[in-house]
Amino acid sequence: MTAKTKQVNSTRFLQSRTVLFPGLLIGLALIVLCLAWSITLGAAEISIQTIWDSIFSFDNSSFQHLVIRTVRLPRVVAGAMVGASLAVAGAIMQGLTRNPLASPSILGINAGASFAVVLVVFILGSPPLSVYSIAAFIGAAVASVLVYGLGSMGRSGATPLKLTLAGAVFTAFIGSFTTALLITSQDTLDQIRFWTVGSLAGRDWALFVQTAPYMAVGLIGALLLARQITTISLGEDIATGLGQNTLVVKGLAAIVVVLLAGGAVSLAGPVGFVGLVAPHIVRFIVGQDYRWILPYCALLGGILVIIADIAARIVIRPEELPVGVMMALLGAPFFIYLARWKVNR
Amino acid sequence: MQPTKIKHNWWILRIGGFSYKIDKRVLPVLLALIVIGIVVLVTSVSYGEYDITPWQVLQTIFGLEENARFELVVWQFRLPRILVAFMIGAALSVSGTILQGITRNPLADPGILGVTSGASFAAVAAIVWYQIPTVYLPFVTFAGATIMAALIYLLAWKGGSSSIRLILVGIGLGAVTSAFTNLMIVFGDIRQVQQAYVWLAGSVYGRDWDHVRSIVPWLLVLLPMAILQARQLNTLNLGDDTSKGLGVNVELQRGILLLVSVALAAISVAVSGTVGFVGLVAPHITRRLVGPAHEGLIPAAALLGGVLVMFADLISRWVISPSELPVGIVTAMIGAPYFMYLLYLNRNK
Repeated sequence: MTAKTKQVNSTRFLQSRTVLFPGLLIGLALIVLCLAWSITLGAAEISIQTIWDSIFSFDNSSFQHLVIRTVRLPRVVAGAMVGASLAVAGAIMQGLTRNPLASPSILGINAGASFAVVLVVFILGSPPLSVYSIAAFIGAAVASVLVYGLGSMGRSGATPLKLTLAGAVFTAFIGSFTTALLITSQDTLDQIRFWTVGSLAGRDWALFVQTAPYMAVGLIGALLLARQITTISLGEDIATGLGQNTLVVKGLAAIVVVLLAGGAVSLAGPVGFVGLVAPHIVRFIVGQDYRWILPYCALLGGILVIIADIAARIVIRPEELPVGVMMALLGAPFFIYLARWKVNR
Repeated sequence: MQPTKIKHNWWILRIGGFSYKIDKRVLPVLLALIVIGIVVLVTSVSYGEYDITPWQVLQTIFGLEENARFELVVWQFRLPRILVAFMIGAALSVSGTILQGITRNPLADPGILGVTSGASFAAVAAIVWYQIPTVYLPFVTFAGATIMAALIYLLAWKGGSSSIRLILVGIGLGAVTSAFTNLMIVFGDIRQVQQAYVWLAGSVYGRDWDHVRSIVPWLLVLLPMAILQARQLNTLNLGDDTSKGLGVNVELQRGILLLVSVALAAISVAVSGTVGFVGLVAPHITRRLVGPAHEGLIPAAALLGGVLVMFADLISRWVISPSELPVGIVTAMIGAPYFMYLLYLNRNK
């Protein structure tokens, strides 16, 4: 047997159901471990036992239980949710547009959200985080509707090329207004700069409950659409030939992406890189079938953001870095390594 | 040198063993761009706090009007910055054209090779951390851009380069540097951060003859190089395998073209900060006007990019006068709607 066929066989084994399904369970265990680890870290160290107690036998006179329930748990759960949503949204975007550079930001979602938030801060001064969140979601939704509308003009509907170009052009357009506002108002810039790089600081249950439903619906929708997305990622002609109504699938997938990425940006601000990188990493491992790619992406995205958040909190204690910055610093070297190792074209 | 007709839509220039094939659509477009460029230039010079009529501008430029004040305003204040605007536009546009050709990706722009993020990182660090006077910024940013481009090329090299590896490594390194840039923006002193923001948006405010002199030699070398490589670019655009089959030394040609593209982006970023959108959009608009063959595309893209930024500069001084916006914001504000219009026109293709 030559080295080449050996490699093909081992890939086939790696991407078979017998390996992938247990892998999913291991991923689930890993994400729970990360959640627990993240909660133990902080100004006061907390033991795993205490975390268990705080969830299953809550004692509201215990300070540690209160810290876990009101500060650390919501923050880390928010991180996991944001990571999962962004990674899944990114995978769908890359499959749909068949462009390895696509990520949720291609639909103009981050740009729209940023503009809306900057505008609100410019007008209102310093609103609470929940107002940021509403503004961000509205901005994200409006932006993606505009981009999708712009990208699907004409008989052929939303082709990957048109969609990508429409997204890029809209991002540049709206981004220029955002910058114009920030340059003219120093107060707005000062108020907003932590938000614009993506951060999990101060995210509580109220904010989580306000945004999580969108992301939850999005995640379920994504998993239901996984088979159709695999087909469309082979090319639109093939998908049509196989009897798929590509217009409907693309429309539904776009709605799912808006729910996921819009929810994520309204919860944590524009956290970059997860949506771009996680799908690439996952595809290196599980291959091209979106029925596996999407759940793996959700797990990996969640784990990545939790770990980035842990790192962001411990590197310059007692201060903390924005999680978006940490995400890029941790993820990028790995991404470069994969690009070198796996891409032989 | 005599133009010989082969088919209807091509001109072929022959000088000895050298031949250059140009789409017939190119010449009228070039002429039109030159005329528009001159009109915009004269209007732009005549507009400002101190009004000078276009006629007086022309007279001052050609030395027919002896008015010391006109001369000061025209020669010292307005002309250099407008020329800088034109030149960075041309540089960015050609840089983007080359990158879109090599990577065969319509989203490729000078930002993709990490050039802009490397330069931005260097500039923001210089402004926020070391408070370096803006005079020295060009050197800092040029160094940042070059180091970054070299790193990307090295990391993407694996017994040869590949477009997709270059793009992926570019994204990766770009993310690292912009993370550091964001870090400085989040934690830096707010006044310096705002100054950095203006720089990041791209501005030609206060650029003088020293800036013009620092770009001109580069352009005189790089633009002809780009034009002479046009035919190889056409071939590379067909894909690596096809190019090899046609006898092109893919590695060598791509290396040269990348170098030209990076250098063009680096000099423009060095003098004016990151003027976005031109490198992405100007090539698309030009391709629509003159077709996809790079022999005509590159010179036309240079002119179109230059005129676009020059026009944007005029608008940026007018729109909130007496104050002014960074020109990069305006290039996006006017380039984007036009691009959307193009998308609309092409909706059935």
